This record gives sequence, structure tokens and C-alpha cells, in this order.
Amino acid sequence: MTTSNDLLVVTSSPHVHSPDSVPNAMRDVLIALVPALLAGLYFFRLPALAVIAACVASAYAAEIICLRVMKKPQTGEASAIITGLLLAFCIPPHLPVWMAVLGSVFSIVIAKHLFGGLGQNIFNPALIGRAFLLASFPVAMTSWSRPLDGVTTATPLSIMKEATGQALPSLSELFLGNVSGSIAETSALAILLGGAYLLYRGHIDWRIPGSFLGTVFILMSIAGWVKGAGFWYPFFHLFAGGLLLGAFFMATDWVTTPVTKLGRIIFGVGCGSLVVLIRLKGGYPEGVAYSILLMNLVTPLIDRYTRARVFGRVKSHA
Amino acid sequence: MSLMSEFSKGIIKENPLLRLMLGCCPALAITTSVENGLGMGAAFTGVLIASNMAISAMRKIIPENVRIPVYVVIIASFVTMTDQLMHAFTPALYDSLGIFIPLIVVNCIILGRAEAFANKNPIIPAIIDAVGMGIGFTLALVLVSSFREVLGAGTFLGIQVLPESAPAILMILPPGGFITLGCLLGLMNKLQKKAA
Repeated sequence: MTTSNDLLVVTSSPHVHSPDSVPNAMRDVLIALVPALLAGLYFFRLPALAVIAACVASAYAAEIICLRVMKKPQTGEASAIITGLLLAFCIPPHLPVWMAVLGSVFSIVIAKHLFGGLGQNIFNPALIGRAFLLASFPVAMTSWSRPLDGVTTATPLSIMKEATGQALPSLSELFLGNVSGSIAETSALAILLGGAYLLYRGHIDWRIPGSFLGTVFILMSIAGWVKGAGFWYPFFHLFAGGLLLGAFFMATDWVTTPVTKLGRIIFGVGCGSLVVLIRLKGGYPEGVAYSILLMNLVTPLIDRYTRARVFGRVKSHA
Repeated sequence: MSLMSEFSKGIIKENPLLRLMLGCCPALAITTSVENGLGMGAAFTGVLIASNMAISAMRKIIPENVRIPVYVVIIASFVTMTDQLMHAFTPALYDSLGIFIPLIVVNCIILGRAEAFANKNPIIPAIIDAVGMGIGFTLALVLVSSFREVLGAGTFLGIQVLPESAPAILMILPPGGFITLGCLLGLMNKLQKKAA
């Protein structure tokens, strides 16, 4: 059978015409990222703007160059902008700009294009960029500063982990984002707004953030009860660090997460359990990035074992 | 085949690391500095020349059925000698290469050359083959370790080439080895395709 383009394409019904396309979806994701972007700019000012601009520009440039060099059609460049933006969102606002550029280029070239480009990558490129930066420049990547005045200080999670005696921020400060942390992970409110928009537009499935956050909440409630920490403890873990940013914008990446409904729930529960494990027992104060990357790794396996039975087939007794 | 081509095939066309993908284990593990790469390459080449020579000389008296154990015994003897010599004369290099010197015994390139070349050819071609393969492997190790040392530690053979704050530590950690070797292999495949 020929599939030449100049022949009339005849297909069987139903003929669905949908406005959903990759550029449209990308535009919606960008809109959803705006609240977090504004919150990040408000709290961390010019240094954050420099890091964000550098990440987005270098990710876009790297994407264009990769597509040229590999002689691929120029499609989906918007996804590179999203990758750059997400990477900027999860790194410290005072990171030297050249490091941000390096991380961004690493995300696009190594994590995305060397694995086959848009739709082929195994790992979330933005998180690979973050993991690369954290392993390469551990000091710069863990130097945090207070919002607005930029005084060096620890993040809420590291205050809790290292028990330095500093006062923990209140829940309302955590919710609004007036705490130290990566550029756009601090404001729970802004991220929830963006996440709600994506859910409303149907671009992400509630199952992943739902099971992810639910797992963290339940396990942290148990941990808080064991420690006798009280009612605020699970909420603190829900709003602190990059959990919400990861759950809504990174664990829901279309490319690197399962496609089946049950698979998505397994994925979310896995991410949530790993986050709790790393935060309570691991060496790092925060583990959202690694938890998502580890679950990215088993995504093909999850998809394989949760594949729906083909209609009319009898379940095999293999 | 002429002796010249026996020599040159190991460097580009049948480069053990970058074309045959043999010896990946030491190539990933010890290439954190150019000095290690050169040291490993030299130790490896020495053992390969000696073992190729010995196996080629004995190829008619080694019984077919037990040839692999015989190769291993021969190679292990030379590795032990190299190990002791390096321990005595280059203690610093010996310490930084560590377990990977004794592990030359099970290096697949050496066993591979013994099986594929030395037991079928006279001594002179076997030596030439070993020299070519040894140089090819050493060059590949130096190439990988140059990238890793410059990007990961900011130095080349211990000389500072990048500013203090610049190096990305990841490159001298295990992932850096995989990334560098992967990119080089991809590049070699690309070049090979273009040449063909």
C-alpha cells in the first residue's frame, strides 16, 4: 500500500476534528506556568530573571541547533522553551548564569536529542538538567537565599532535616511562597493555580498528581503521628520544597510517564513513596527530582504490565 | 595482509575501544585523569605485546581443548609481573589504578587478540598486531580521559586549564564516563558511516 502524500487519504469513520495539537498544548502549559513565573520573579527579583532568561534562551538555541545538525523537521520548539523554563524553576535564584546555561544545554542536547528528540526521551530533560547541575556544582546548587532581601539562608526542608535550631516558616508563608528555595517552587498557591488550569484544560491527568500528593500526605501523616509532630506536619511536607512543582509539571510530562490509567496511579504512588523515603531517611533534604527520574526509568515496565486487554481476547494463563 | 596494515588497523579501523567496544570496563573506571589513562594504556600494551608473543610462539603446542585456561595462565603471569613492577617503580600510579591493574588479566581485548590473532599467526605479525592494538587502546583512553579531566577537574595532566570554579564534578564521577564514552562512540559511528 502506498502512503504517498499526493494521494487522497481515505480513512474509516469516526472522523474526529480536534483543536488539540502539540503547539496548542504547549501554549496551554506555558500559560499554566505564568503564575509560578510571576511568583518567582516577585520573590527573587533580578537574579531570578537573569537565570530564567538564560535558561529559556539557551534551551531554545540548543534545540534549534540540534534540529539543524540532525536534519530533523523544525517542530515542537516550544517544548524546548518549556524545558528551559522548568529547569530555571527548580534551580536556586542566585546560581551563576553560565551554570544555568550549561544545565539547560545539557537538558536539551544530552537528555532530549541524543535520546531521539521530542517524544523519545526516557527521562524528563529539565530534571536531568537539574540532576546534572546538582552533581556537578554541589555548592552553588545548595546555596539558598531568603526571598526579597536575598540574605543567605537554609530552605525549610533543610532546616527540618538538619535541625539547625532555626525557626521553621509558618504554613501560610510556605503556601504563599515567602521562603527560600528554587526560583518557582516556593509558592504553593501559584503552582496550584497553574496545575488547576492544566487539569481544567485536560492536558494532565489528575491521577498522577493526585496519587503522588496523596501518597506523600498519607505517609507523612503517619510519620508525623509517630513523631508526635502534630497536624501541621503533613501539610508542611506538602507545601515545602519542589513537591507541588514536580507533581503538577514534571511527573505529568506526557513523554516520560505511563499512558495507562492504572499505570499513572502506580507511577504517582511510586514517586510519592520515594519522596517520603528520601526526605525522611535519605542524605538529601529534598528528593522530588530523583523520585521522578527513578520512576521515569520504570515507566516502560509499568506500561507493559498495565496494558489494557484487547477487546475480545481471553486472558492468557501465561 | 601487510605488516603495516596489521599495525594500523588497531588505531582507527578496528580500534578496540571505539570500534570493537572491548575493554569498556577499564575505559569507564580509570579515565578520570589523563595520567591514569596513559598509565593504564602503557601497562595494557606491555601485557598485550608479551602475551601475544608468548601465545604465538606456543600456538602449535597448546592443545585446542584447553587453550583458554592456557591463555589465562600466560596472561596472568605477565599481569603479575607488570603489577609488581608498577608497585615498585610507579607507586603513585599504582595506587590510583588500584584493582584495575590485576584486572587486566580478564581484559577482553587481550584474550580476544590471543584467540583471534596470536594463535593463528607467526610471532612478528602477532607483535605488530599487539603494538597497534595497544596504541589504539591507549589513544582511546587518553581521548576519553582528556575530556573527563578537563571538564571535570579543570586540569590537563595536572596543569590547571579552566578557572577553579568551572569544572563540572559530574564528569569525573561514573556518569561522566558513560556520557563521554557514549558521545565518542556515537561520533565514531557517524564518521564511519560518512566514510563508507
